[in-house]
Amino acid sequence: MKLLKLFFIIFIIFSLNHLKANNENIKNDITKNLRCLTCQGQSVYDSDSEFANSIKILVKKKLNEGLSKKQIYKFFKDKYGEWILYETELNKNTYILWLLPILIFLIGGAIVFKNFIFKK
Amino acid sequence: MIYSVIGYYSLILGLCFSLILIFFSVRNFNNSKLLDPKILSFTFLQFFFVVISFLSLVLSFVFSDFSNETVFNNSHTTKPLFYKIAGTWGNHEGSLLLWLFVLTLFIFIFLLRSKSQPTKYKILTLVFQQIIIIGFFIFLIKTSNPFNFLFPTPEEGLGLNPILQDPALAIHPPILYLGYVGSSIIFSSALSATSLNLITKTWASHIKKWVLISWIFLTLGILLGSIWAYYELGWGGFWFWDPVENVSLMPWLALTTLLHCILVLEKKLILTSWVIILSIATFTLSMCGTFLVRSGILNSVHTFANDPERGLFILIFLFSLIFLSLFIFFFFYKANKDTPTSFFWLSKEAAIIINNWFMMYFLSVVLIGTVYPIFLDVLSSQKISVGPPFYHKLIIPIIIPFLLMMAIGPKLKWIKSNLEDKIYLFILLVISTLLSFLIVKNFDTNLLVNTILVSSALYLFLITLRDFFIKKYNNISQNIAHFGFSLLILSILLNNFFSTEIITNLKVGETFETENTKIIFEDISQKKEKNYQLITGKFIIQNPGGKIDNLSPELRIYNQPNIVTSEADIKTTIIADKFIVINLVQNQEYFNVRYQVKPFMIWIWLSVLLISFGGLTSLIKKKHEK
Amino acid sequence: MKNKLSSILITFAFVFVFVLFYKGLKNTNIYTPEKKINNVVPLFTVDLFSTGKKVNSIELFSAEKFYLLNIWSSWCVPCRQEHPLLMYLSKNKIVEIIGLNYKDKKINAQSFLDELGNPYKNIIFDKEGIYAIEWGAYGVPETYLIHNGVIIKKYIGPLNEELIKEIKSLIK
Repeated sequence: MKLLKLFFIIFIIFSLNHLKANNENIKNDITKNLRCLTCQGQSVYDSDSEFANSIKILVKKKLNEGLSKKQIYKFFKDKYGEWILYETELNKNTYILWLLPILIFLIGGAIVFKNFIFKK
Repeated sequence: MIYSVIGYYSLILGLCFSLILIFFSVRNFNNSKLLDPKILSFTFLQFFFVVISFLSLVLSFVFSDFSNETVFNNSHTTKPLFYKIAGTWGNHEGSLLLWLFVLTLFIFIFLLRSKSQPTKYKILTLVFQQIIIIGFFIFLIKTSNPFNFLFPTPEEGLGLNPILQDPALAIHPPILYLGYVGSSIIFSSALSATSLNLITKTWASHIKKWVLISWIFLTLGILLGSIWAYYELGWGGFWFWDPVENVSLMPWLALTTLLHCILVLEKKLILTSWVIILSIATFTLSMCGTFLVRSGILNSVHTFANDPERGLFILIFLFSLIFLSLFIFFFFYKANKDTPTSFFWLSKEAAIIINNWFMMYFLSVVLIGTVYPIFLDVLSSQKISVGPPFYHKLIIPIIIPFLLMMAIGPKLKWIKSNLEDKIYLFILLVISTLLSFLIVKNFDTNLLVNTILVSSALYLFLITLRDFFIKKYNNISQNIAHFGFSLLILSILLNNFFSTEIITNLKVGETFETENTKIIFEDISQKKEKNYQLITGKFIIQNPGGKIDNLSPELRIYNQPNIVTSEADIKTTIIADKFIVINLVQNQEYFNVRYQVKPFMIWIWLSVLLISFGGLTSLIKKKHEK
Repeated sequence: MKNKLSSILITFAFVFVFVLFYKGLKNTNIYTPEKKINNVVPLFTVDLFSTGKKVNSIELFSAEKFYLLNIWSSWCVPCRQEHPLLMYLSKNKIVEIIGLNYKDKKINAQSFLDELGNPYKNIIFDKEGIYAIEWGAYGVPETYLIHNGVIIKKYIGPLNEELIKEIKSLIK
């Protein structure tokens, strides 16, 4: 019961505090998914390089112009190549990337259940 | 000057002892029932010389001896003493010397602590360990000698990368290496036990200590790296799925799996081949990590010196070890035909084997995500990035059943269990689902997924919490670790949901206001420090409810090398971290200001500590029982 | 038999991985975007440096001739180094140069031009660095050769004598 109360309190505190989703949040989502070219290995969101700062401004501008997330990703992909997107799409380059882990999962499951658990 | 000479020749002597040790081991292996006492003393001497070599490098750093190339490249006279010392392992050469230091230390301790083990087993383990040690000696002396001379001696060094001048990062490498190198003992020992057909319950409980030790250090090492990333890199993130981070996570996953398997092996002689494979994999992954990080094949936030020649050496060395272990495994391993290999579906064995299955899946996701871009580039010259969304999409769905298994698994008995008297398992599931629904409800994003996620973590949390109070539960260490893990997942989730941030550009004296928070940029001050110039911003934050915080983020303009870093100011409380950073903007009078409220940050760190504490209690308990 | 087969398969798998890593070692790990050419000039509305007038980007490159777009800034050191070459190109009327002033202060940019001369027919004023992104640039200086509204060549980093020769031969 005590626990329930505690969680209830926490829940109330944070429901008051939370900022609503808006363009700013979408912008953050997008910039988290863009890779910075001048400080490679960091996202645009995390980076404070000149290049990253400009991209942040541009994303905001594009959002205000009414472009969707997808369109913005496509814009950057066209300019800088697939590399700039952290979220790799499923295409002929990445079939193995996405499907191999799932395949491993299924094979692993088959081995586990067949050899150990339902073995007669 | 003199230190470099001492250091270098100590290394050569250390290498000689490796050869002597192998010679004596072979002789001893064929002739004697007892361990030749000379072997122990030579192992000690080898360790001793590596210590001498290490200390001379430390002293070269302390006295800023710039005739040493490593010191010249990585140190500076104005650097504080603490970072001079930490600079010893803050670079490629020094960190490898540290590897070697821990390698020789561990094998010495291993020989001391394994008195009751069969002699042949000890000797063979030593030989395998010496093969690794020789590899590192040659690597160090041939391609990355830390004691290269520079003539004429430069007046001043180039300095250490400022983002590495940080207390957490100063102790991060030694801790992490203790974990990595601990796995080398497991590797050698597993190989030697396989060759001698000694994979038994006794071996399992003997090697379990080493598994626990490496696991604890690896966990803490990852934690330190993560804490460092939190306040030094980026803006309030603590895990970026950066290749260098993944590379430390992979051995951890393998080691965690191994830890659970060893528990089974200790009780019942099953899964032997799997334990061997995991022991090999853990060390191989640690080495693979060293390869990926040191060769510069990866593209990462973390800056490391790149040298393809070094990369090639580790690569060949790594694969020689892999082929050696494959050879031993295929030719010497004899499956034990007598023991049953099937379990009742509702038993502890089944639970652990399913846990293994999930863990291996996580491992494969991380491994594939990390190396895939390299392979794709080689095969088709296409360059792609694999980032957080990939990992999240593949890992999050599986973490849900994984958490449920973690909650229920330990409740099951060996061999066969039933669900009588387990109604509370169901009741708690209902409670946690309801609670999570209440928490997640007020977010417009993905209600279903988040509710399920939170409730599975909460479920594990409640069940482990209950166990602390209810029974005379005998496996307290397991319970602590699982409890810590549930707390970790919960804190990460809640942190994600409730984090809020404000990004704005402010000039001194300006104020930024949202509906409930007010940020006042009050003042800015400059100060000259020993090796950098300090700019401190003074901010006043008015929180909802009228509470006021004073925060002063810093910009540090280092002179040697000339780099600007921003130091976040973080105010930590039990409920949330308040995090502020400022950045310079090219050609503008204003600063880029970022303010974040990140709930439950401290709980993320605490829960990881708790997880490793679980391991520690297991280690202590073991000693106590003896 | 089964064991032997699997051991051979696994060995081959590792050999394959070894070869991939070995080849990977030789590749650079720094990403530079492909120099995509034959793209059309991006469309956007910009402020001109001198007049502050709003102009459509395509209009700037509309004539059926060669243009050079040069991204520069007063705070960029290599820009200073390549500037005489740009002056040479414009003085001898070899090609029309459009500048893109990147993240600069107007006063600084003006004194830069006063000091070293102004080779630019028009200058796009890009205070926030966002138009440079439209071109697919990520640093200063970068230079683009444009013909009939299509980008035919892209140079990252400062121009030098050899590149000038190359540009000259391309224009002929």
